[in-house]
Amino acid sequence: MTAETLLKVEGVETFYGNIRALAGVDVEVKKGEIVSLIGANGAGKSTLMMTICGSPQARVGTVTFDGQDITRMPTHEIARLRIAQSPEGRRIFPRMTVYENLQMGASLDNQKFFNEDVEKMFALFPRLKERQFQRGGTLSGGEQQMLAIARALMARPKLLMLDEPSLGLAPLVSKQIFAAIKLLNETQGLTVFLVEQNAFAALKLSHRAYVLVNGSITMSGSGAELLANPEVRAAYLEGGAH
Amino acid sequence: MEYFIQQLINGLTLGSIYGLIAIGYTMVYGIIGMINFAHGDIFMLGGFAGLIVYLLIMTVFGGAPIAVALLCMLIVAMVTTSLWNWSIERVAYRPLRGSFRLAPLITAIGVSIALSNFIQVTQGPRNKPIPQMVNSVYTIQGISISLKQIVIVVITVALLAAFWYIVEKTPLGRAQRATEQDRKMAALLGIDVDRTISITFVMGAALAAVAGTMFLMYYGVIVFTDGFVPGVKAFTAAVLGGIGSLPGAVIGGLLIGLIESLWSAYFTIAYKDVATFAILAFVLIFKPSGLLGRPEVEKV
Repeated sequence: MTAETLLKVEGVETFYGNIRALAGVDVEVKKGEIVSLIGANGAGKSTLMMTICGSPQARVGTVTFDGQDITRMPTHEIARLRIAQSPEGRRIFPRMTVYENLQMGASLDNQKFFNEDVEKMFALFPRLKERQFQRGGTLSGGEQQMLAIARALMARPKLLMLDEPSLGLAPLVSKQIFAAIKLLNETQGLTVFLVEQNAFAALKLSHRAYVLVNGSITMSGSGAELLANPEVRAAYLEGGAH
Repeated sequence: MEYFIQQLINGLTLGSIYGLIAIGYTMVYGIIGMINFAHGDIFMLGGFAGLIVYLLIMTVFGGAPIAVALLCMLIVAMVTTSLWNWSIERVAYRPLRGSFRLAPLITAIGVSIALSNFIQVTQGPRNKPIPQMVNSVYTIQGISISLKQIVIVVITVALLAAFWYIVEKTPLGRAQRATEQDRKMAALLGIDVDRTISITFVMGAALAAVAGTMFLMYYGVIVFTDGFVPGVKAFTAAVLGGIGSLPGAVIGGLLIGLIESLWSAYFTIAYKDVATFAILAFVLIFKPSGLLGRPEVEKV
């Protein structure tokens, strides 16, 4: 594939106080790709996701999106460039209904495509339709996960970033979600950058992947390459494949 | 019985004013978790703005129909206090947002002192009277209701309805609630959090300005210290209703107004403030989350 680069992260270092969480990360995501980031707990995966969104901002290095330097941009302006995130911990608005949470996702277009898009989301996750008037905080973990993904999609993103989309989901549901991501990628060319604990499913789904260890990228390659790599297998896949 | 109903009406009028101020406290608390102690002075400022407009209309334009005069007073007062509160947030509170919790609180007290002293210096330290604007009184079966009271209650109800609509049904209100519940997530969805917080300060100030103008009209007098006691009472109302809850602020305001006038009617009027603040103490001890507030633990 010789597609254009959509997202480019170069030499990014992010700090929490004096603690360096990312130690010079380089990542590239091309248009139309599904790229995944795997790594152990505490490796800095979520920090990288949030750094791309400018919260916190990188202290060193640059983040470029669609040819524009977004390293120092405020988070809401980055979001307006159509980078949508389903973040770690889901962050559903607990005292808003499911419907209102989805409306929040469609804030960028002032709800212009809301009616059309919300039907698509309800088709994708029928569970959300049943629960649409329920408060976000009363949903189960899996339902919240669906809502977080749907809310991100409501923004009609150019780049969809998913932080652990399968977390807390029953295997069948997470399979559905991966299938949905794949479908969106194939039919609409949606670019996806995802962080996953379930490395096997992520690598199978992705065109390319990166391995993050202690704040640095140690390996990268196509999904299939990493799946076959003995080190990756030993560290992230042993016993975890299903 | 007639006496009781009379006091009920008086209490509801007073309570409307407290409720309008209390909304400003509770909204700001909801969205950034601080008590804006300068809010009472914003209310007082609104009263002075109304007074100045009234005097201007009377002297420069030689009078106007009372509805027009009142409308001008309300609009100018709302704009003035909005600008003040917006600037205060920008200059005094926003730079402290990442700081420890007490910092903006102390700053708010400083801003409060600065505001009341500013009015003392520019408007003088004496009571400023306003001529009786609306003085019709209707008597129904021994109960008298003044036109002033009707105006106050009607304006309050209309404003609360408009306000409820904004918060519950418009994209702006949704952005405010989202910012209140999870500021970082709101930003990730493209909400300009700083702007949303500024708008919240502006809305709170506008309601306080209306309260200030009506306070001026009701009592016919205003002085630079008037921000303090009504301000603290409105704060009590917000705590009683459950700080952070909008319906709570209104209900708390009405209750405080009722308690105050019923206490004055049946017990010693000199101790009416003691009664109000005793309630603050009791609520803080026995039900710190207030009537409609949510307990702190809710975190999903």
